[in-house]
Amino acid sequence: MSEPKKVQGDLVLSHVTKSFGDFTAVDDLSLTIPKGSFFALLGPSGCGKTTTLRMIAGLEEPTSGTISIGSTDITDTKPYERPVNTVFQNYALFPHLTIFENVAFGLRRRGIKNVDAEVERVLNLVELSHLKSRKPGQLSGGQQQRIALARAVVNKPALLLLDEPLGALDLKLRRQMQIELKWIQTEVGITFVHVTHDQEEAMTMADTVAVMNNGRIEQMGSPAELYENPRTVFVANFLGQSNFIDGSIEGTDGDNVIANLHGVRIVFPKTRNNANGKAVKVGIRPEKFRLHDAGSSAAGNVLTGGIITDISFFGVSTQYMVEMPWKQELMVFEQNDGGAPDLAKGDAVTLSWEPQFTFALDGTDPSQAK
Amino acid sequence: MALAHAEVGNKAHAPKKRAKRIAYFLLAPGLTWLLIFFAFPLINLAETSTKTPAPTFETGEFVQTFRFSNFVDAFVNNQEQFFRSFLYALIATLFALAIAYPLAYAIAFRSGPWKNLMLILVVAPFFTSFLLRTLAWKQILGAEGPVVSALQFLGILPPEATITATAFSVILGLTYNFLPFMTLPIYASLDRIDYRLLEASGDLYANGVTTFRKVTLPLSAPGVVAGTLLTFIPASGDYINAQLLGSPENYMIGNVINSRFFRVVDYPTAAALSFILMATILVLVVIYIRRLGTDELV
Repeated sequence: MSEPKKVQGDLVLSHVTKSFGDFTAVDDLSLTIPKGSFFALLGPSGCGKTTTLRMIAGLEEPTSGTISIGSTDITDTKPYERPVNTVFQNYALFPHLTIFENVAFGLRRRGIKNVDAEVERVLNLVELSHLKSRKPGQLSGGQQQRIALARAVVNKPALLLLDEPLGALDLKLRRQMQIELKWIQTEVGITFVHVTHDQEEAMTMADTVAVMNNGRIEQMGSPAELYENPRTVFVANFLGQSNFIDGSIEGTDGDNVIANLHGVRIVFPKTRNNANGKAVKVGIRPEKFRLHDAGSSAAGNVLTGGIITDISFFGVSTQYMVEMPWKQELMVFEQNDGGAPDLAKGDAVTLSWEPQFTFALDGTDPSQAK
Repeated sequence: MALAHAEVGNKAHAPKKRAKRIAYFLLAPGLTWLLIFFAFPLINLAETSTKTPAPTFETGEFVQTFRFSNFVDAFVNNQEQFFRSFLYALIATLFALAIAYPLAYAIAFRSGPWKNLMLILVVAPFFTSFLLRTLAWKQILGAEGPVVSALQFLGILPPEATITATAFSVILGLTYNFLPFMTLPIYASLDRIDYRLLEASGDLYANGVTTFRKVTLPLSAPGVVAGTLLTFIPASGDYINAQLLGSPENYMIGNVINSRFFRVVDYPTAAALSFILMATILVLVVIYIRRLGTDELV
């Protein structure tokens, strides 16, 4: 029944490490999540994102490092002493209690006597107040998910943790819940930390996304920043699709870097260069390419001598596979807006793209490039 | 189109009928067994309970006179033993619950790799017979046994006192003998609790004690109900413990029924007593389940 301290402020993880025996799940993680933001921890299973979340909730103890909210260190406090609530992956609703009592659980534990108004308010927020006398077993997956959210939000925590809460829902319901979650976050104004392996979910909802891999954060930034300027092959591949062309850096020209890709010279801005040495992996998103008939002139960076090997029609766009003279297949998306020439399998084409869309990664990046 | 529909409908029905037939087929051996060994003896018992001794006064000869006051006589003459049976069974059930719940909790949540071994230890007494185990307690608690000697040596028990032939030893025997029936259902319901619910409770500001009261205990209630029934019902009809560990002053209704059947050869009274015992237990169980509202429990 202990009243959690009224702590507010940014969540700060400082050099947090968690080991299970020989296995390091989270490795020296330092991270600041600003108050009121929607933050996503994105990564494949086993990358340490759920362990990080559990440490913030107090369900796991860090092997070393500290966790604090504002100026209050919460590293050694029990889960029930933290101003943090979690929406669990399987919802973890209490099967023996009604929906109303599930939502009121946290309020009652803090000794609040008159819970009706508050419970009613959040049940209205998730639009399920008509189900308040039911048991969780009588609700659908989507409804349970919303009750789990209401049960956490009603406590007005400093921090709300979401552990892949949409994982069990079908695609349509998931889209709908994504929009609702984002809306509720804006409405209640509390910090959301969302753990997910779904890049689309992270990108559509979060202000800031941290991509985790092997217990470390690979890159952190706004969804657009991560997509447009990934700094590692892992991030580039985890968020969307990419073409990588191996090359070497030849020099600089003003604000631009000059690189050689299989004998072709291209340029890109210095700010987009993440290569440590001369070896470089030049990344271009499939939709950034423009397709031209062979022989016609094109602006920007130009690659000639491509042959179309495959065409797939997607409705809004068409995907082309283009084989380059060095026997690499590149993927190209063209909008079906009449801008691209009529092309067929076997046609010779020229590819071009704007230099500022290039992202240059280190040529020795160990991650598997597609 | 309509024809096609009808056909589909028929096909959908056929397996259902088949499934029903299979269900009856599978039930048949059990039902036959119950009919032969439960329903027939019960009818026989009911018939016996209203008989009176034959005019010839020959031992074991009774005639049907529909004397329903047999029930009243049986109850009035043995009120004390009835009361004692339910009292002893209730106390033994409470003791068993107090011992079994922490034990089941420890096995379910704290035993780690020892879980299976501990479960085997709980059922291990079943490898020897009920009678032998109760006789063993008679030895242990007897006048020459280690417990009495030790207590007398320590001066806790006066030199002439005994432990056997007391209510204490009878209740101890009942508690001991029915403990596994209490432990196993509670263990089963605790083991089924999703650990994440306990985490969720902690996340929602409940400390360990509150989590136990508000989540663990309600979710294990079906096990507690099952365990208390499995202990109370056989304990209230038991006579071995009272016979071996008690004195005639501790005799329970089971002892009376036993002696009416086999020593006095008064079948009608024995049958009437059996019926009263059954009915009383049934009423108590119904009240108990109603009070706890088990159908509401998950």
